Amino acid sequence: MTASATDETRAGKPSRKVRVLIAKPGLDGHDRGAKVVARALRDAGMEVVYTGLRQSAEQIVAAAAQEDVDVVGLSILSGAHLPICRKVMELLREKGMEGVRVFVGGIIPTQDIPELKSMGVAEVFLPGSSTRDVIRLVESSVVPLDPH
Amino acid sequence: MKKVLDEKPAAEGRRKESAGPFTTISGRPIDPLYGPEDVRSLDYDRDLADPGQFPYTRGVHETMYRGKVWTMRQFAGFGSAAQTNARFKYLLEHGGHGLSVAFDLPTLMGRDPDHPLSLGEVGKCGVAVTSLRDMETLFEGIPLDDVTTSMTINSPAAMLLAFYILVGEKQGVPETELAGTIQADILKEFIAQKEYIFPPRPSMRVIVDMIRYCTEHMPRWNTISISGYHIREAGSTAAQELAFTLRDGIEYVQWCVDAGMDVDTFAPRLSFFFNAHSDFFEEIAKYRAARRIWARTMKERFGARNPRSWMLRFHTQTAGVSLTAQQPLNNIVRTALEALAGVLGGTQSLHTNSFDEALALPTEEAVTIALRTQQIIAHETGVVNTADPLAGSYFVERLTSEIEAEALEYFRKIDAMGGMVAAIERGFPQREIQEAAFQFQRAVERKGKVIVGVNDYVMEEKPVPILYIEESVAEEQAARVAALKATRDAARVRRALESLKDAARGDDNVMVPILEASRAYATLGEMCDALREVWGEYEEPPVF
Repeated sequence: MTASATDETRAGKPSRKVRVLIAKPGLDGHDRGAKVVARALRDAGMEVVYTGLRQSAEQIVAAAAQEDVDVVGLSILSGAHLPICRKVMELLREKGMEGVRVFVGGIIPTQDIPELKSMGVAEVFLPGSSTRDVIRLVESSVVPLDPH
Repeated sequence: MKKVLDEKPAAEGRRKESAGPFTTISGRPIDPLYGPEDVRSLDYDRDLADPGQFPYTRGVHETMYRGKVWTMRQFAGFGSAAQTNARFKYLLEHGGHGLSVAFDLPTLMGRDPDHPLSLGEVGKCGVAVTSLRDMETLFEGIPLDDVTTSMTINSPAAMLLAFYILVGEKQGVPETELAGTIQADILKEFIAQKEYIFPPRPSMRVIVDMIRYCTEHMPRWNTISISGYHIREAGSTAAQELAFTLRDGIEYVQWCVDAGMDVDTFAPRLSFFFNAHSDFFEEIAKYRAARRIWARTMKERFGARNPRSWMLRFHTQTAGVSLTAQQPLNNIVRTALEALAGVLGGTQSLHTNSFDEALALPTEEAVTIALRTQQIIAHETGVVNTADPLAGSYFVERLTSEIEAEALEYFRKIDAMGGMVAAIERGFPQREIQEAAFQFQRAVERKGKVIVGVNDYVMEEKPVPILYIEESVAEEQAARVAALKATRDAARVRRALESLKDAARGDDNVMVPILEASRAYATLGEMCDALREVWGEYEEPPVF
């Protein structure tokens, strides 16, 4: 899809809708958080693609490229966040998609947050996070194409 | 103190109602006061009756906890089978009554540790069990005629049950003496937890085969644990949890009856599993309504004659979703109150969550506090002294009837769709839960619901120590599987997997070839792959 298909110019806002991929990597099926976040982002006016369950890192990065997203949100509750995020970030770099911002939500020990950020993860949302914070992060991830 | 003074009734003797809306956590409006009008239509003998009497609203046993306190059963599993074996022994030494096995995601999804999707998941949210060999290690030094074991496993339940039977066999304990529960509730996987492998109909066929096998061979085994826990965790209301769980129960009974089984041969071994969420009275009402609905359903809808078929026996777990990552010690208090609701609701067994579970798997210290919480309720609070102490409360009885009515309304809708499998195929329960979850999140963000430490009473805090699972567990597990494959009788494994596929294509009970393949040390992944070949895999349309 091209940007022009979703053109929407507002003062101080990006000139097209922000495109977000919400992904569930690994084997875990707990999708409550992923779906609540996907819906909140959509209600905030973003184009949201949800991968569905059990996607490998390769599938997620391929979907991010195909859907031309600005932001990827990974929902991980199983404790597999470190190896999964490492793989996703590597693949994004390999494909020259460093511009895509990645955030992670789920059951993540606070001790692991510095390591995730050193991999290039933009933000980590723990249980109890507000969808408003997620929306703010996603909005701030996209440089307005047509600043006023 | 200031706050208490502020809340003093105003001069007219009426407290100002400013903290509303006064609703349960499920959004149910609550009146300022309940009275005799609210219970006018109740008939004691017909609607409540003494504990141990139909319809069991007040409990399934005449003496309730005076006869036997609930089973304190703590769900545990992490890392390798040897690590979890040590945790099991620790729990039994510290007063735990029964075991409850948490498996890792590769096991739950029928994947071996070397499968690409197992990346990072091995031994993480449960113990890795890839073959009978791991199960032997898991129960090393734990005589299976001495404990009861609950296993939380669904899609590959038949394989794990086979492993357990064979461990018993090796210990000299015949399957007729094994006691415990296997979750094997595939419908709630499609509805809520989403750990399904095969499409709904062949998945149901495996469950029916297992129930038949257990009915014929394992008289002390609970063949299924029909679970609302995960439905609630996915965001349902209390009434939805109740309705979908019991309607799942109806679906299993109907499929077994349709397969030619007499309801009274298998219904006494069906068991249930509910969530204990934070809304105290609503939860108690939910358990009481559950017993009344199930008793009447079994008697009237299925014509069951054995009173044991009418009794809804259930396990309770406090709500994982109510735990907060913020100020985690507060979770000890939440869990205690939720556990108390489960006990006042007449649960048969109970798991209390550990305070650090919104962050990671629990440490030994956190697990000990969780178990002590149950012991304090049992020994110090006095709530065990009398059965169903809240019966007759205008509020609790009214709430029980309201939740019951709401559940029965869902039954009508689902029946009209052609049953639960059909409703799942249409995405009905999934959408209802998704909507409730979203509404709750919005209420929290508007502060319509206060969550202490999350959207109010927030403060700076230091991280608590947590349990880490080393990534080396995955490599070690993969190495164990490789070693196993090098030493087993490969031809026997191949033959056993072929007979499993034959049974899956035809009508023979799949438990028989699964037992043979397990005995030959076929891996879980190999057995599930054989069935994937015949039945295919289910994929849910990604809707939000």
